[in-house]
Amino acid sequence: MKTKQTTKTTYHIPIGPIHPALKEPVAFEFEIDGERIVDVDVSLGHVHRTVEWTATKRNPIQILYLAERICGICSYCHPTAFALAVENIANIEVPERAEYLRVIQAELERICSHILWAGVAAHEIGFDSVLFLTWQIREKVLDLTEYLTGNRITKGIITIGGVRRDITKEHHPKIFETLNYLKDNFEKLRKVYLDDKTFRMRAQGCGILTKEDALKLCAVGPTARGSGVKKDVRVDQAYFSCADLDIECITPDVLTGEVNGDVYDRIIVRLLEVKQAIDLIEQCIDKMPAGDIVSEPKVAKVLATLKKASGEGIGRMEAPRGEVIHYVKLVEGEEYPFTWKVRAPTYNNIMPWVPMLIGEQIADIPIVAASTDPCMSCTNRVAIVDSGKKYELNKEELHRLSVEKTRRLMA
Amino acid sequence: MDFLQISQTAMMVIIGTIALALFGIFFGLVYKGIDRKLSAHMQGRIGPPIRQPFRDVVKLFTKENIVPENAIPWIFNLAPLVGLVATISILLYLPLGGFQPLFPGKGDLILILYLLIIPSLAMVIGGFSSGSPYATIGAQREMATMIAYEFPLAIIIITIAWRLSMQGVTNVFALSSIAATPVWNIAGPLGFIGFIILLLVLVIITPAELSKIPFDSPEAETEIAGGLLTEYSGRNLAMFYLTDGVKTVVMASLIVALFFPYNLSPLFGLESYPAFAVDIAFYLAKVFLVILFSVTLIRVAVARLKIDQIVYTYWVPLTLLSLVGLICIMWDQTIMANFGLQPVFEMLGIV
Repeated sequence: MKTKQTTKTTYHIPIGPIHPALKEPVAFEFEIDGERIVDVDVSLGHVHRTVEWTATKRNPIQILYLAERICGICSYCHPTAFALAVENIANIEVPERAEYLRVIQAELERICSHILWAGVAAHEIGFDSVLFLTWQIREKVLDLTEYLTGNRITKGIITIGGVRRDITKEHHPKIFETLNYLKDNFEKLRKVYLDDKTFRMRAQGCGILTKEDALKLCAVGPTARGSGVKKDVRVDQAYFSCADLDIECITPDVLTGEVNGDVYDRIIVRLLEVKQAIDLIEQCIDKMPAGDIVSEPKVAKVLATLKKASGEGIGRMEAPRGEVIHYVKLVEGEEYPFTWKVRAPTYNNIMPWVPMLIGEQIADIPIVAASTDPCMSCTNRVAIVDSGKKYELNKEELHRLSVEKTRRLMA
Repeated sequence: MDFLQISQTAMMVIIGTIALALFGIFFGLVYKGIDRKLSAHMQGRIGPPIRQPFRDVVKLFTKENIVPENAIPWIFNLAPLVGLVATISILLYLPLGGFQPLFPGKGDLILILYLLIIPSLAMVIGGFSSGSPYATIGAQREMATMIAYEFPLAIIIITIAWRLSMQGVTNVFALSSIAATPVWNIAGPLGFIGFIILLLVLVIITPAELSKIPFDSPEAETEIAGGLLTEYSGRNLAMFYLTDGVKTVVMASLIVALFFPYNLSPLFGLESYPAFAVDIAFYLAKVFLVILFSVTLIRVAVARLKIDQIVYTYWVPLTLLSLVGLICIMWDQTIMANFGLQPVFEMLGIV
């Protein structure tokens, strides 16, 4: 790459689309003054996989498995949010036990995701020992996931109207064993991430997102909560059995008494959420009533019901990275959904990168970019290609096209 | 000097240089393998086999050597060679085990200090000439790191030389005189503390000299994708790889020569070949211990620092620490001279 000289003192460096700091393709164009970042431009659209379009050629049960493949880490949240949207349209009642089971699976996924993130964050600042330590711990949680669902990553546990596997008394010893293992290791993780000198040197005061910016740019999930915004779908609009459980928004002031909105605060939020998730799983197992795990076990019957259903539905839930929204429109008599729209949490957390990165050093780019836990393949919805060439749309044009599409959907 | 003598000396120098180069490269790669294996075990991994670095080098030499379009080819290709040659030439001046240096009495510490800068400078020049923005940033960082660690390093060397000159040693910068008068043998209680502080500082300087975590920001993989080495591939990268291995041995040997120049053979009363064997084994063990403490243990225990944090670390805490060591040693000398105190080793009856 040729360095482009704009003024006397600043120069440009490209980071991405492929770069060791980025786990998924996204391109940054940085304007650098010495080691300081003056300006940053983010461009997306490198991993568009036409998932939404594919879904219009699948029936809702098939889409569940397609939705799982939107993201490797949120492989539970996406199908669940889709199921929520469909259940919303067809007024399918989910049995109470299934709602608890769904929360257990969601929290298990949150633990996996946050610990995975913690390892990646450590790797970004060159602390590979911690990467291996955390992923060893994560391995145990993955084992538990496999034990409960049959798979480690793409779990295939959710179905429309409930879940596909029950958690019985026989499962309890293994669950509690893993949860106790996590609790034993939590202190170790807390020490490494919050007390280690080099970790603090790299994380404190770096990548600051103020509360105003977080609100203005609609940040979600741990990114927003790290800046002190008390925003959590589980609390604000409780779904499943979340309303019966003891959940609180976790902001860094719980631990330190102050909110800085830096990378360190986001680490605190995620660490505490791991602890909270362990607690929630225990609460669920404790409170879970007996009963069915799915409202209608016969898939053909579910599909027949959905074929008759018509209307629009929204599924919202708190994925490990923040709020995920699925919009589905079903038309009566059609087997396949008319449209499906996914808004992954990373979409909201892209713009906060700009205030976080400006003014920081080049060395901070990996850890700041990683601190929102970005998931590019979740986020990419559009790639505009015209006769083999990519081009960018401006705001007016994009707005016009969006309005046109909405009209088309409404017609 | 007649022709026969000159040709004999020339032959000795040539054979000795080749032998030392092979020695440095071989053990550089062996120690690299051990370092990788040990750090893997510390991180809960199995890690590569110890012969992996040899395989890496062989593989790299068979690979294509790509020169980027923006690069200045002759500088780009010359830099790795200069680095490797400069590093190997340091070995000629270092006492290895029981052997005297190949050029005894010729080079001294100051020369070694300068030679140690050359591989880093070669990397900087290679990085700038490769025309990649990542390599340019890496080169800038490497220069800043060099400026940062040279100061405490100079303090250490000068303190040792000064202490030896107070002892009445002539030619204080020569490594042979340091080997003949180990610093611990002449230090009183306070000086002992001073030298321990200096050793500690030198151990912390080593990872920066070798571009290892936490001071590897010139090569930071996740930040600037290998920095200086971004554009290097094939033969050139292999040469930088070898430079790194040899430099590890050189730095460890330097610490050994400055602080632990002891040999085992006098203790057992050995002579000739058994003595050489014992001394070289003991020397390799010492080098291993130095690498273990200054590279392996440090790099698994901390995160990478930012460049401003690196410069601060060297200029403020470590420079102050080495000055404290210097002051301790100065006072120690005064106290010993004025009160007739014995060195610690003599008090303990070791020497």
